[in-house]
Amino acid sequence: MIADANLPVIFAGLMALSVIVYAILDGYDLGVGILLPLNNDQQADQMIASIGPFWDANETWLVLAVGLLLIAFPSAHNVILKALYIPSAIMLVGLILRGVAFDFRAKVAQVNKHRWNQIFKLGSCIASASQGYMLGSFVMGFEDSFMAYAFAALSALGVTCAYSLIGSTWLILKTSDDLQLRAIKWAKLTGKISFVGILSVCIMNPLINQLVFERWTTPPFAYFMAIVPFVCFTLLFIGNLVLKQLPLKDDSGCWLPFLITVVVYVFCFCGLAFSFYPYVVPGKLTIWDAASAPESLRFILYGALIVIPCILAYTVFSYRVFWGKVEDLRYY
Amino acid sequence: MADVFLLSRLQFATNISFHILFPSISIALGWFLFYFKVRFNISRHPVWMRIYRFWVKVFALTFALGVVSGITMSFQFGTNWPGYMETVGNIAGPLLGYEVLTAFFLEATFLGVMLFGIHRVPSWLHTLATLLVAVGTTISAFWIIALNSWMQTPAGYEMRDGVAHALDWWAIIFNPSFPYRLTHVLLASGLTASFLIAGISAYRIVRGDNKKAPRLALKTAVFVAAILVPLQIFVGDLHGLNTLENQPQKVAAMEGIWDTQKGVPLLLFAVPDEKNRTNHFELAIPNITSIILTHDPDGEVQGLNDFIGEHPPVAPLFYGFRIMIGTGMLMLIIAWFTSFKLIRNQPLSKGVLYSLIGMSFSGWIATLAGWYVTEIGRQPYLVSGLLKTSDAVTDIAPENVMFTFILYLSVYVGLLIAYLHTLFLMARRAVEIEEIQPEERLQQKHFPKTPNTTAGELS
Repeated sequence: MIADANLPVIFAGLMALSVIVYAILDGYDLGVGILLPLNNDQQADQMIASIGPFWDANETWLVLAVGLLLIAFPSAHNVILKALYIPSAIMLVGLILRGVAFDFRAKVAQVNKHRWNQIFKLGSCIASASQGYMLGSFVMGFEDSFMAYAFAALSALGVTCAYSLIGSTWLILKTSDDLQLRAIKWAKLTGKISFVGILSVCIMNPLINQLVFERWTTPPFAYFMAIVPFVCFTLLFIGNLVLKQLPLKDDSGCWLPFLITVVVYVFCFCGLAFSFYPYVVPGKLTIWDAASAPESLRFILYGALIVIPCILAYTVFSYRVFWGKVEDLRYY
Repeated sequence: MADVFLLSRLQFATNISFHILFPSISIALGWFLFYFKVRFNISRHPVWMRIYRFWVKVFALTFALGVVSGITMSFQFGTNWPGYMETVGNIAGPLLGYEVLTAFFLEATFLGVMLFGIHRVPSWLHTLATLLVAVGTTISAFWIIALNSWMQTPAGYEMRDGVAHALDWWAIIFNPSFPYRLTHVLLASGLTASFLIAGISAYRIVRGDNKKAPRLALKTAVFVAAILVPLQIFVGDLHGLNTLENQPQKVAAMEGIWDTQKGVPLLLFAVPDEKNRTNHFELAIPNITSIILTHDPDGEVQGLNDFIGEHPPVAPLFYGFRIMIGTGMLMLIIAWFTSFKLIRNQPLSKGVLYSLIGMSFSGWIATLAGWYVTEIGRQPYLVSGLLKTSDAVTDIAPENVMFTFILYLSVYVGLLIAYLHTLFLMARRAVEIEEIQPEERLQQKHFPKTPNTTAGELS
């Protein structure tokens, strides 16, 4: 039997897991959408084919993350989504547009297909930028100040760039020839911008955010916090070196940039998550303040412990089915 | 505050009305696809594969619209109805959570295999993926209807400090109205998908499609509809009796009964006047409502005047109920008449084909009308007897709610037009495509890439 006081911790962990899985998985397919070229239909087709079988399930991790927030921390769900009312609505419209554009573009005449490609790209950009904006404004505790908005805007750019980076490394993994070369170029560029982005967050965040400053300078967390940027910068540096060597003969190492990016994602996310733990609304609500009744949490937890391994298993199965370089997108 | 209340209700109604259109097709269409695939596996006749291929594309499009409009709602619970989660979050949360965990991932993941994996997995596994998608959509319906029914007829909980706490999950899920509502909704989906398949197939035939696929699809769908309509009438009656037991004020509004009386007539038509608490222009058949509701011509039925201030607005329920029943009756006539023709091997006349085309979206009309009856019928409560809708609303600035309302509305109108346009476009394209020779298909184990066809062009 799990003690009542531990339930919020477990649910915070589950929520963190679904957020990071979402950021990685939907991150790469949003990134592919952001990078979609509008002047090369063949490459656009290939790029969309590379995410075709996955995007739907990827997006479900967002539903799970928001769902867990709603289930486990309902009062935090209210505070956060009310504060982010307009940006979240804009993000939803972005997600709606790209989700449907994906299906419409395969089923309409050539002229309209181009328009749906534009909508797909636009929707991906809107969704990524508003997620970044929401993240930034969450980090700033939904403050109503110039610095907070500036930070949120910076964060919007940062997340869009980070998604483009993971999207381009996904394309390096899944494509070949011209498109792969193009993806390598994209990855080099976005990798450098991400480097600058992480650096500026590391400098700005403690300067403008009291809570973060205290956390980052107080042991034992300070030690961990010293490692995170170091690891990220080293990895991005190594990643850049790898990108310069690619593509290699028989395409070995094409998976390496993606893997490196995933590790960078995980480190950045942990750095961020531990900057606020145990707050679920920075400076206002802890996970214990916001948690639902224990009997409800327990009811969903037992189910989750059975179901989540199954979800992971058939997700792995699905990635294995579509392993290797992408083929033409063919609907059956 | 009244403005935010009205706008939030309008926004949620728009959202959920738009959303339900797509699951009401995809739940049953998933099972149709499974049936088509199994028929193909057994007979190896390529016509079943062609039917499958056409409808799997419709499924993909429908499913995508359902997913994206569904995500929106998981946000709105918190943004527009904070009081809802604050009061009943302990009940609603886990039910929604189980829907995500047991249904959403299952259907989304296997949808990928079902749509794009046919060359990459053995045939049996592809059939299994199709089955799992259908199972996923049905599980999803199970959880969300459990929650909706609990809001209608709450059970298995206790209130502590104004917050609902779960006592018995079994009683919460299998609350009094749940089995009836779930069956009613699943049958409604069956009918919606049947009439869509029949209607689009008829459209293809009218546009000069001489192939076998639309004829066989039409026949399958019409036969399914012919069986499901009477079942739905039977289940609908049981559901109505259950509602009478649990929510008598809702039934009174549906039937336009103001005073508690014996030997209640059935109002075929009337104009309910809530201000003067009476009906105008009544067209009635004596005693029928008493027979339907109490199975006794002189049975007593409670009227709205017993629930002053606690009953839903009468006109939307009264009209909504009649629209649903009327559509159902049309469905019965057309499904049986067409089945009769098909069984006797008579050719379908233009008139029949055009009626089927006209009925393509009849399921949507009946489904929406039915949902309006049951959801508006719960008012003024959000959760019957437990939480009033007006107590759950947000304090977000009205202009912000107005902004998002217009935003969603314009996106949805655009998408609905695009959806309908694309559906008929796909049908017209399918008309022009030559059938691939069955011999060359059957030689190969899986369904090979054919040189003359590309994505989205196979019939």
